[in-house]
Amino acid sequence: MSNLSTIIDNINYIGAFTLFIIGLYTVLTHSNLLKRVIGVNIMETAVFLFFVSIGYIRGANAPIINPEVGDTFFVNPLPSAMILTGIVVAVSITAYGLSLLIRLYKDYGTLELDEIIKKEEIANE
Amino acid sequence: MDDLIVKTVTKLIIPFIQLYGIFVILHGHLSPGGGFAGGAIIGASFILLTLAFGIEYTKSILSAKVTERVEIGGVIWYIFIGLIGIAISGVFLGNRVAGFPMGTFGSVISGGMISLITIGIGLKVASTMISLFHHIIEED
Amino acid sequence: MKNYLILITLTLLLIVLVSSLNEMPVMGDIASPAYNEVAEYYINNTQEDTNITNIISAIITDYRAFDTLGETTVLFTSITAVVSVLGFSIKDKKE
Repeated sequence: MSNLSTIIDNINYIGAFTLFIIGLYTVLTHSNLLKRVIGVNIMETAVFLFFVSIGYIRGANAPIINPEVGDTFFVNPLPSAMILTGIVVAVSITAYGLSLLIRLYKDYGTLELDEIIKKEEIANE
Repeated sequence: MDDLIVKTVTKLIIPFIQLYGIFVILHGHLSPGGGFAGGAIIGASFILLTLAFGIEYTKSILSAKVTERVEIGGVIWYIFIGLIGIAISGVFLGNRVAGFPMGTFGSVISGGMISLITIGIGLKVASTMISLFHHIIEED
Repeated sequence: MKNYLILITLTLLLIVLVSSLNEMPVMGDIASPAYNEVAEYYINNTQEDTNITNIISAIITDYRAFDTLGETTVLFTSITAVVSVLGFSIKDKKE
């Protein structure tokens, strides 16, 4: 019974771990490079979810001061502020990866890694 | 893309998306949101315009030259505000020490340089989204 | 065959990750080590330091504004990288 309550209490962490594994599985098993970029994005989302969940405090408010109420019980604002940097870096990495994929597609006519390696081997011989 | 429904709905909905983006940027220091979220909303409205009407139409409204200028201008505006702080108080990006007007707590005009920086970030993020999307899709 | 091997390895990794929950503070606990004096400083001093209501906005554009300057530089670098990989479009240069 205590195991079940542990799972329910930490459901965000377990969700983040599962998302990370799904993203890693996508990166490892698919040979299509576009799907690998999507897998990297899923892994990034898992890290964001994990990091924001660290800052959660049970029963606390969103960190916006209400001048009329004046309470000071807020969730931790620091992880939310830092994850903004992570999101910007994720967008930048995705854009750069997609531009590299466009060049690859222009040169090889495909995004499958197996076919690209095969074409490269034929060109080397 | 020659779909009447998509084009009509896009024409109807784009002013509201951009108005909401401007609202999120201008109220970034009072409510959830800020420069990054509002800039992403405005950029998404132009991406919607590109998807519905094609890239030539969007470039006739907002050419690549304009987005590049705005993008560089956003960073320079940010650094310029930081240098104002150095000139007045000796602190880079100083806010209260640099003598920015603080305004009344909880109103739109408050917080000194924070809303100025948020506007700069919003313009920068919006133009970056637009020009990244255009650069990626315009190659055949 | 290869996919099954990867699946088994990743399942083991998931078990290792989930088993680390025993050592971590419970989610939402006020005594968690992440909720330390830094967060309390931001919560208590935002009103008098910056005079705005949104604490996260105060952190990213006032307390850690230099960090955000780096963030905009990352965006600028990404678009420079994309342009250098894809090249300028010839159509736009004629205008």
